[in-house]
Amino acid sequence: MKCIVCVKQVPDTSGVVAVKEDGTMDRSKMPTITNHDDLAAVEAALELKDATGCEVVVVSMGPPPAEGMLRELLAMGADRAVLISGREFGGSDTYATSQIIAGAIHKIGVEPDDIVLCGRQAIDGDTAQVGPQIAEKLHLPQVSYAAEIKVEGNSVTVKRLLEDGYMMLKVNTPCLITCVKELNQPRYMSVPGIFECYQKPLEIFDYEALKDEPLIDPDTIGLKGSPTNVYKSFSPPVKGAGMMLEGADKATVDQLVGILDGKHLI
Amino acid sequence: MDFHLTREQEMLRKMYRDFAENEVKPLAQQVDEEEMFPEATVKKMAKLGMMGIYFPKEYGGAGGDVLSYIMAVEELSKVCGTTGVVLSAHTSLCCNPIFEYGTEEQKKAYLPKLCSGEWLGAFGLTEPGAGTDAQGQQTVAVKDENGNWVLNGSKIFITNAGYANVFIIIAVTGVVEKRGRKMKEISAFIVERTDKGFSVGKHEKKMGIKGSSTCELVFEDCVIPGDRLLGKQGKGFNIAMATLDGGRIGVAAQALGIAEGAIAETIAYTKERVQFGRRISQFQNTQFELANMYAHTEAAKWLVYSAAMKKNAHEPFSADAAMAKLVAAENASDVTRRCVQLFGGYGYTREYPVERMMRDAKITEIYEGTAEVQRMVISGAIGVK
Repeated sequence: MKCIVCVKQVPDTSGVVAVKEDGTMDRSKMPTITNHDDLAAVEAALELKDATGCEVVVVSMGPPPAEGMLRELLAMGADRAVLISGREFGGSDTYATSQIIAGAIHKIGVEPDDIVLCGRQAIDGDTAQVGPQIAEKLHLPQVSYAAEIKVEGNSVTVKRLLEDGYMMLKVNTPCLITCVKELNQPRYMSVPGIFECYQKPLEIFDYEALKDEPLIDPDTIGLKGSPTNVYKSFSPPVKGAGMMLEGADKATVDQLVGILDGKHLI
Repeated sequence: MDFHLTREQEMLRKMYRDFAENEVKPLAQQVDEEEMFPEATVKKMAKLGMMGIYFPKEYGGAGGDVLSYIMAVEELSKVCGTTGVVLSAHTSLCCNPIFEYGTEEQKKAYLPKLCSGEWLGAFGLTEPGAGTDAQGQQTVAVKDENGNWVLNGSKIFITNAGYANVFIIIAVTGVVEKRGRKMKEISAFIVERTDKGFSVGKHEKKMGIKGSSTCELVFEDCVIPGDRLLGKQGKGFNIAMATLDGGRIGVAAQALGIAEGAIAETIAYTKERVQFGRRISQFQNTQFELANMYAHTEAAKWLVYSAAMKKNAHEPFSADAAMAKLVAAENASDVTRRCVQLFGGYGYTREYPVERMMRDAKITEIYEGTAEVQRMVISGAIGVK
């Protein structure tokens, strides 16, 4: 059994968002972090490894510096890493990206008892589309928004976190699960893990390595193969601090009505 | 000369920092106010392989280098001086002498448990009449007819004492004549917490590093097997001094971390606090004070790192460790005092961490050789007699 975990290095949007003249994000000017939901997926895989001894393969598509992130995941306990990186893949939207990642996962090989794990969505694109699209392209059953995962043999029970409650689903392996950050608390890298992480295997899949994969079609990857394009990105205007009124008495309600009335909102 | 950290060291720094911010900092005030030994934190550190960073994997260590360990003490001490010294005393004063002077059997018996954090280590040299003057030792060890050692005496101010399982103990094993003078023969031993006749005595109440467990050790006909002698009989003084040389880099890293932590807190505070219609970081006094503090702390850092790298390379590092500790410790006391001043009245309250850092900093000028002892070591090394 193995877990293949898809991970994305994203700009740290908790700081200032740098935007290029063409409206796309200037990633080089922003510090990078590992996407939170993806870290939850890595932790879920590592917990399965702790319990079953399964292999954990981390996969990321990104520019060469994403190797640093993959090394950190190896230092957390992943066994090997694959970096999908090539000029031909640049500018891909979710359709093209899932096409490429699905091709890479196919090349790695999905065995009957394997699980592919993804984060729900990345904090930069916020689409939540790549995981489900990978599942479709690999013809795997998918369960999204996992807040709890239990594996018993080939059966996986997933508790899905929905807006107004939970949904329990059972699925057989091989399958793809997208995880929310509420799933777990990702572990730290360990000291021995850090000293070992540069000795662990990290393969680079460039276009040459993937071009014979049936899913990789030059017309459906990269910027020119992407049906969607980013029109504009910008930082939303900063909202002023809100006002808090506390109390369940008439005076507070009158005060609230007075404020709303004064602003001609009611 | 390369002033750059390796990629592994950079990664470790990031991990230590995340760990310190998320796991250690939230407890620091409680550790101080309730004099609480950070036992749960030490367990977490153990799980991450932080309790034996620079020892080989065959003995259960992480297979790292000395600087990687020193950076751990530094990062922990940025947020909690107590947690920093727990790691420093355990690693430098207990694991290190066993690794350097232990027999293969001793290393195999103790290091895996110590490096995994299952056991905690401590070191006992100081006595009421023997601190800096190690020849004043009163604790004696006598060999009995069965080949066991029988220890009698007491040690004071022993860091980690209340929670340690293994103690490196320095004791007098006889009298020898050196250059016509009668001198005490001093040896080192490994004592386990469960050894008969051994007990942990009075717990000291301290000005700073309040959560660290500082206690008296009592030996009343404490019998330990003959194979617990560490190193050769009569070499205890050398073992103790060499151990302290290494320990001083750890304390220097603790001092460095405390100063860095105080500076970071002060930068954040002065950018928020408004007086006379301006942030106090906009006043030149604040700017110059923090610029000086930062520059001196960076200078101390390179002394600390350089001593760690020399130890790692098995070069002589005694004077380097002394310089690192002298400069970093005095800088920590100076910096934290100035930080409290920049905080003004709030700095004197326990609402902010800088008063704790000021109290924690002071010990670094005292333990594992006072600042004056460091000056003795340095002046000796440069031939000023």
